[in-house]
Amino acid sequence: MYNFNYHRPTSIDEAVKQYDEAEDGQYLAGGHTLIPTMKQRLSAPTDLIDLSGIKAMQGITRSDDGAEKMLQIGALARHEEVASSPIVKSMVPVLSALAGGIGDAQVRNRGTLGGSVANCDPAADYPAAVLGLNAQLVTNRRSLDAEQFFMGMFETALDEGELLTSVHFPRPEAAAYVKFPNPASRYALVGLLVAKTNDGVRVAVTGAAPAVFRAAAMEAALTDDFSVSALDSILLPAGDMNSDMHASAEYRAHLCTVMAQRAVAAIVAQDQARARQVTSEVTSESTS
Amino acid sequence: MSKTHVTTSINASLHEFLCEPGDTLLDVLRNELQLTGTKEGCGTGDCGACSVTLNGRLVCACLVLAVEVEGMEVGTIEGIGQSDSLDVIQEKFLEHAALQCGICTPGLIVSTKALLDENPDPTEAEARYYLAGNLCRCTGYDKIIRAVMDAAATLGGAKEGV
Repeated sequence: MYNFNYHRPTSIDEAVKQYDEAEDGQYLAGGHTLIPTMKQRLSAPTDLIDLSGIKAMQGITRSDDGAEKMLQIGALARHEEVASSPIVKSMVPVLSALAGGIGDAQVRNRGTLGGSVANCDPAADYPAAVLGLNAQLVTNRRSLDAEQFFMGMFETALDEGELLTSVHFPRPEAAAYVKFPNPASRYALVGLLVAKTNDGVRVAVTGAAPAVFRAAAMEAALTDDFSVSALDSILLPAGDMNSDMHASAEYRAHLCTVMAQRAVAAIVAQDQARARQVTSEVTSESTS
Repeated sequence: MSKTHVTTSINASLHEFLCEPGDTLLDVLRNELQLTGTKEGCGTGDCGACSVTLNGRLVCACLVLAVEVEGMEVGTIEGIGQSDSLDVIQEKFLEHAALQCGICTPGLIVSTKALLDENPDPTEAEARYYLAGNLCRCTGYDKIIRAVMDAAATLGGAKEGV
């Protein structure tokens, strides 16, 4: 890779200042996309601003956002940290399962939530959770809805120098993420996140198209009838999908339906398990 | 662009070195510190040949900048066993012939140690999942997994005996 100036700021303001002063600056989080890209000389920033020293971008907490409890995750949270966090497991368990399925152990120990979301790789897992769970993306300048954030392949609403600092997830009623992983990289050939949320059923699709998107046809069908068979006749248009050596657009479209059905089946199973638990609690109360 | 001075702990001993910002941890380990046990495979974080631990967490040294390890603890294959007294994991790799060309072996042993430190009694599925980031192109996975499971059993047995 070409050489560069290295900075390690300790605050968000300092990081943004260093970025603004650099000729061609770049923020460094986990580096698992940026460093390989620099090694291939596809990217050659004059200045790297290493965010790892910024405490304000770390940590996983529960916050009260009005009446609603939100899960607040610092942009620098590594995938393994999200996967193993007791707060994440109790509030948004689908997110810990998703994070635990990214890449391999080495990737999960370095890659970060903010890095993945800001990079907006078409096959990344996290964008499905951000869009599917209707998360808020907080930057050094503003707060953005997930709908506004993802613009296209490797393209987000972040302006030049704008820094994603944390992501806030509302707690879904129930959710599941199922992906068909590329067997070598574990990137999502297709990944579907289905969630029952305060504003209805949401279905987010990653891996299939240039960027994560919501499958309106699936959402409508599941709103009418939340069952696996409700999706039997729904096939998303392959015309908008990616086609490469791993899978054709038509195969990806087919996988979207299959993965969505598996996610719905997982949620139905969760609901049934919860109902059984409630029934047994009621029964044990009435018999005691 | 001047060189940066980095102080770090490698295999529990203090090291200081000078590096360019663009040097990776792997570059410094192999070329500056002569710790050549850690191998370079793909250089892009896919193969796991350069696996080391950073503050106890398994990472690819090829994707960590050397400047990033200031103040951190690095663990390499040189910190696991000695040539006259091998670690149990190394003994089991030999016993099960879990290597052919050997280029993936240091990374696999570092990863296995990280696995067993986190999860001393893994199922075979857990072991395979944890080691998924370490590629062996001689395709000796079956023997590797046998060695890993045997090492776990032996270490578990040793712990019960204490």
